[in-house]
Amino acid sequence: MSPVQAPVLDVRDLVLSYRQGDERAAVVHGVSFTVEPGEVVALVGESGSGKTSTAQAVIGLLAENGRIDSGTIHLNGEDISRWSSRRLRNIRGAVVSLVPQDPGNSLDPVMTIGAQVRETLEIHGRLDRREADRQVIELLTSVGLSEPALRIRQYPHELSGGMKQRVLIAIAIALRPALIIADEPTSALDVTVQRRILDLINDLRREYGTSVLLVTHDLAVAADRSDRIIVLQGGRIQEQGRTEDVLAAPQNAYTRKLLSDAPSLATARPRPPIEPGRPIAVTVRNLVQDFPLQSGKTFRAVDDVSFTVARGTTHAVVGESGSGKTTTIRAIAGFQKPTGGEIRVGDLDVRSLRSEELRQFRRKVQLVYQNPWGSLDPRQTVQAIVEEPLLNFDPLPRDQRQARVRAMIDRVGLPAALLSRSPHALSGGQRQRVAIARALVLEPDVVVLDEAVSALDVTVQAQILTLLAELQRDLGLTYVFVSHDLAIVRQIADTVSVLHNGRQVDYGTVDEIFSPAATAYTRELIQAIPGRKFPRAAFDRPPLAAAGPLS
Amino acid sequence: MTTTDSFLHVTDTTKQGETAGWLRVLAALRKLPLGLVLAWLVLTTVVLWAAMPWLFTAYDPLQGTPGGQLKAPSAAHLLGTDSLGRDLFARLVYGAVHSLSGAIAAVGVGLIVGSALGLVAGSARGRVDTVLMRLVDVLLAIPTLLLSLSIIILLGFGTLHAAIAVGATAIAGFARLMRSEVVRVRNAEFVEAAFGSGGTFARVLWRHILPNSLTSVIAYTAVQFGWAILQISTLGFLGYGAPPPTPEWGLLIAEGRNYLATAWWLTTVPGLVVVTVVLAANRISRSIGRSSP
Repeated sequence: MSPVQAPVLDVRDLVLSYRQGDERAAVVHGVSFTVEPGEVVALVGESGSGKTSTAQAVIGLLAENGRIDSGTIHLNGEDISRWSSRRLRNIRGAVVSLVPQDPGNSLDPVMTIGAQVRETLEIHGRLDRREADRQVIELLTSVGLSEPALRIRQYPHELSGGMKQRVLIAIAIALRPALIIADEPTSALDVTVQRRILDLINDLRREYGTSVLLVTHDLAVAADRSDRIIVLQGGRIQEQGRTEDVLAAPQNAYTRKLLSDAPSLATARPRPPIEPGRPIAVTVRNLVQDFPLQSGKTFRAVDDVSFTVARGTTHAVVGESGSGKTTTIRAIAGFQKPTGGEIRVGDLDVRSLRSEELRQFRRKVQLVYQNPWGSLDPRQTVQAIVEEPLLNFDPLPRDQRQARVRAMIDRVGLPAALLSRSPHALSGGQRQRVAIARALVLEPDVVVLDEAVSALDVTVQAQILTLLAELQRDLGLTYVFVSHDLAIVRQIADTVSVLHNGRQVDYGTVDEIFSPAATAYTRELIQAIPGRKFPRAAFDRPPLAAAGPLS
Repeated sequence: MTTTDSFLHVTDTTKQGETAGWLRVLAALRKLPLGLVLAWLVLTTVVLWAAMPWLFTAYDPLQGTPGGQLKAPSAAHLLGTDSLGRDLFARLVYGAVHSLSGAIAAVGVGLIVGSALGLVAGSARGRVDTVLMRLVDVLLAIPTLLLSLSIIILLGFGTLHAAIAVGATAIAGFARLMRSEVVRVRNAEFVEAAFGSGGTFARVLWRHILPNSLTSVIAYTAVQFGWAILQISTLGFLGYGAPPPTPEWGLLIAEGRNYLATAWWLTTVPGLVVVTVVLAANRISRSIGRSSP
């Protein structure tokens, strides 16, 4: 990494735009940066900041309606910004390669793993079958995939998300490229898997001296894994510099805001302990949920989970995907009949409710979904969405109803001008506010939040969390909050259940969960949270003794 | 256009300033979907024929000119005359109303009955779904022409009966499409959210599932409209539709068939009109399907 060496990637004054109808909308306005050999550079920004467009331009994979308006991209000293796609094809994979965002969609479902890795080798040079197979197995071994000889005959659906991402990394490094572009390589994965994948990318970089351009919205990941950080906002570089310097002394107001909004263990201030003697709002006792499988057997998604939530407090249900956390809260919200156990909300036994009682029960318990793009009817206006629960229950006169809708919209911090808009004209944060308004307009006692902030950018996430805390304080709401993000949990929860494979491995107050007394699994989860290098990481992570492989 | 071309194009700013106006007009013209415009033009003309036939021709479609039989197309008779001396163009224009109203009635029957079946099957699921869909399978298994002929024989001849017979064969397609759309929408999160806000089954069905499933059904309606014109003409050709003096398009083709050697236009022109209208309906349907999200 001597400074005399030429940079692997040198982007100068890059301007990108997309055609929308007759107009061209510029998304990147004069971005310049370099990536030195063996360096990890993180491109950080919220959605719409132009980070993915920039990365796509570097590998020549801009969407059909996008183009480079001006600027140059030098890769290994050659300007590739004007190259035809045929010339670019020769360097893709060989000089620069891509680790895509979503491992679930990035492998061909009808080709075996072996064939897909071999394809990359074959495109760039003739190899006989046996030699290719040997190289494929070698590659899969180097990315830490267990039993590579078996994997090459398997299909993508037989592999977990983390394993698929390892295969994609194997494809990316197959030809030892000088630069790997990793576009949100771990956003779709659980924290423990995320840590292993990022460790892997780091190891490979050290071994082969490959440079990495890491595109991420997660400042904590960038902080842990990069040598330099580039902060993008609105298609312009706000700040760039060595990671330690940017984190320790951010020069730019936007960077400071990102840093303060990032949910990290360092910034999470534990809430004051709840005074004993509060009435219990939700009781879950020995909850069991089975699902019938195609084969005729049953799959136990939730196995003996018990917890209670005091009125006006927040209980977090934490776990990786497949741990049964969503199943648990759907049972609480009355969308699923549990196989066994008891759920009480207030003085109602949820299991015994029949159709009309269940409908009345909805007044008390409301669910807010993870994805505000799917949970709002695209054909309704904001007014109609928030009004709907009222129409279902209270036969209020029209003007009173509208007044309540307006008050609710105001309460969640949206301007009244949005009432006549439809959801697709709103941003993600605004949509989630509308979803919260719809849940609260009936004045429920309990609000169940299913990963309600995970689909949002960090700054928006911080705003929604503040709003939720405010609403809880003012309206005395009880929250059951599902999350995979322990940093957020520490910020907003009073009590926590940690689920693993359907079983509750830890249950207690936030302080108990984050203490060394927690089980090894919980400590592994806490260890895996990115953001260790944050300057104010005052929080003492419990030591992890003999961490076995969990994923 | 490659990236390089467009790049050079943008850097040449002075030239661009002068020609920007012209370019915009050219671009708008180039983007104009010519086929779609033509399709709308065809359909509008046919609708006008049906609504105000007297504006398009001075001749009577039923009254022949003695001695003017089987005349070739000329200035007096644009498309010639038939074996009874009736003006073919007048018969085409006056026949539009029969073909169009028949097609609308047929598509109406298919749309209403089919969508209702699909909506109920898709949203109720379970046993109701199975029973309804097996019935639809039976409908699909019978060849359409055979089915409509059987229905006509049960109901009796006539334009309206022909329309009902054609509509009955369209039910299965509408039911299938509607059901698949309903199943898709029913699994959407916003539908569950609507139940979660205390919505009853009927309200959620009316407020969320129905409006969100209708887009592709509407596009399909346009395709079916063209297809219904074809089917009604087929029935007319076979003699199961409107009785002879009626200038229905299928009947026109059938009547002209006897004079194919001497007066080819009697068969060819009505045939071309039917084909053009069907193609226009298809093109419009495609544009509806594409513009929807």
